[in-house]
Amino acid sequence: MGLGAYLTLAAVLFAIGFFGVVTRRNTIGILLGIELMLNAVNINLVAFARFNADVVGMIFTAFTIPITVAEVALGLAIVILIFRMKRTVIADHLDILRG
Amino acid sequence: MTDPAFPALLALLLPASAFVVLGVVAPLRRLGRPAAFLSIVFSAAALVAAIGALRLAGGGGYSVWLWSWIPAEAGPLATVGVLADGDSALMLVLVALVSFLVQVYSLGYLSDEGMPSFGRYYAYQSLFAFSMMGLVLAPNFVQLFICWELVGLCSYLLIGYWYTKPEAARAAVKAFWITKAGDVGLLIGIVLLWRQAGTFDFLELLMLADAGVLPLAGLGVITFCIYLGAAGKSAQFPFHIWLPDAMEGPTPVSALIHAATMVTAGVYLLTRTVWLFRLTPEVMEIVAWNGAFTALLAAVLACVQSDIKRVLAYSTVSQLGYMMAAIGAGFASAGFLHLLTHGIFKALLFLGAGAVIHAVGTNDIFGMGGLRRRMPQTAIVFVIGTLSLAGVPLFAGFFSKEEILGAVLAGGFPVPFAMLLVGAFLTAFYMFRVVFVTFAGAPAASPAKSQAGHHGGNSHVHDAPPFMALPLWILAVMCVGAGTLFAVWHPEAEFEAPGWLTYAAVGVALAGIGLAYLVYQRRAIGADALAAAFAPIRTAALRRFWIDDVFAGIYRRLMLPFSRLVGWIDRYLVDGILNVLSAGTLTAGNGLRRIQSGRAQDYVYGIALGVLLLMVWIRWPR
Repeated sequence: MGLGAYLTLAAVLFAIGFFGVVTRRNTIGILLGIELMLNAVNINLVAFARFNADVVGMIFTAFTIPITVAEVALGLAIVILIFRMKRTVIADHLDILRG
Repeated sequence: MTDPAFPALLALLLPASAFVVLGVVAPLRRLGRPAAFLSIVFSAAALVAAIGALRLAGGGGYSVWLWSWIPAEAGPLATVGVLADGDSALMLVLVALVSFLVQVYSLGYLSDEGMPSFGRYYAYQSLFAFSMMGLVLAPNFVQLFICWELVGLCSYLLIGYWYTKPEAARAAVKAFWITKAGDVGLLIGIVLLWRQAGTFDFLELLMLADAGVLPLAGLGVITFCIYLGAAGKSAQFPFHIWLPDAMEGPTPVSALIHAATMVTAGVYLLTRTVWLFRLTPEVMEIVAWNGAFTALLAAVLACVQSDIKRVLAYSTVSQLGYMMAAIGAGFASAGFLHLLTHGIFKALLFLGAGAVIHAVGTNDIFGMGGLRRRMPQTAIVFVIGTLSLAGVPLFAGFFSKEEILGAVLAGGFPVPFAMLLVGAFLTAFYMFRVVFVTFAGAPAASPAKSQAGHHGGNSHVHDAPPFMALPLWILAVMCVGAGTLFAVWHPEAEFEAPGWLTYAAVGVALAGIGLAYLVYQRRAIGADALAAAFAPIRTAALRRFWIDDVFAGIYRRLMLPFSRLVGWIDRYLVDGILNVLSAGTLTAGNGLRRIQSGRAQDYVYGIALGVLLLMVWIRWPR
């Protein structure tokens, strides 16, 4: 399989993730969408690294995966705190910054 | 230690530190009496330092210490420091001496005051001593101007010391206003001079003037502007109107600020920069004529006053006119000499008047009378001061006044000389009018009981307490001492005075005394008859020659409508434009705030849109 197939996979994954971020009403769903988008990027990096014989992309990925984990941990913690205070995790209800 | 700048700097910094202590440590100030003692001790130390500076600088040497203040590319733009030479050291001693004596005197004079305001008084006194010494020692125009404004501020604060009294508050504002009108001239003059010469420094300017490289074009305007400032401070016509009103302040303040030191700042400035004025003879002529005119005008005004302090105030205006006339005639040293002697005997007169007012409880000379028996000490020192002012030989004022008359004549001003001679006659007359009415004769038929207040009418009138008597005697001894000194050791004059001048000067003084004696002591000539003989002048003088009315008219007819117009423009045009702008901003903001929905997903749409637009922009065919 060529590079194009990997890139297409990544693009589809990114689009699905973005769709999830903008349409899900549940905050946890939004977080999941963000995860999908990040992993689409990871696939891109690894694919370029493999086809260009450049190891830098892989090293980048080795960094982004733990950072993604940390981000999820923080995000979920924030969601739990929001739930404790507001008794809801629906994004539409969290509009205290409205002008 | 042979550098006069060091003790001069010390004299300058001592009252400054006293003021800082009294200003910062509020509990000490509110205690009153300890604050007074602190201020007096510091001013005594300043007096010692000033005398030290005079001893070192008296021989004609000078020393200047400078610190750069406003840095600029080619050397500092302005410096601060001290310039100690013979003149400034002499003036420094006068300021320190009178300020010390007045502070001691005030211990007795203001003893009825509440303690917090007593402390406030001494804080102002220390600030004044510092500012005046800074003015005297200023090595350049910038420091001089700053201190010039500071003494004006002190004058305002001390005239309005009894600020709950409406007249005092009004007089303070009036004094500030009128002197400020002159100060604007001074500031313009200084800046113009800087543009012409490129420096503020007295010594550099003096070198330029001596070398003849100072461009003469436009210099007349500059010196005239500087003279305006001096005329405002030194109460020259038409700015003299603030000084009589300034008498609303406590009498020791009048002695220090409005007789001996601050009002002479203008004369001092002209003495200091006389080499500049010599380059513009036409301005010198104005100075001389206006000085003589002021001297005569104020002398006439003094003759019709019945308030003892106002007589002295007009007398001060008149004597300042003498000094100015001498400077204008080209002999600044004569004016400066009269400044020094006047500082001593006028301070004595004011402090003596203060003792009388303190005892009697009224300012009206016709409410006094016969005080010679009840206040013998005060009577003696007051007469000594009066003889000095009248210009009787062996007293301090005689020599300096004769010097001025000679200077004006030698400078080629016969008409101003005649005016000054008439002024000298009137001076002797109005001062002895006060002496005869106040101290001689019988006690007034109806002493002003209502104003006497807690002093208990005329029956408990007695000499001043020691704190007040001591400064009086010191000044009286100095008056006689200086007079005798001049009689024995004649300082060489810069000009040839005709031999008849001494006789003329003494003659007019004695004639004035004689007339006052005939009118107010022997009553050989009725005071009413005299008044009737000079009825038009008297009426005009009672209305102060309408000069105050002219100022009031200018204010009401010109400045007030102009201010209203400017106020209207500011309120409705300038503010209107701004209000429209700010209202527009508010409305727009209110409309735009709907964009901020607060929902995270809307912002994601926004970001996505932005990224999309950027991509389109990058790929846009150009």
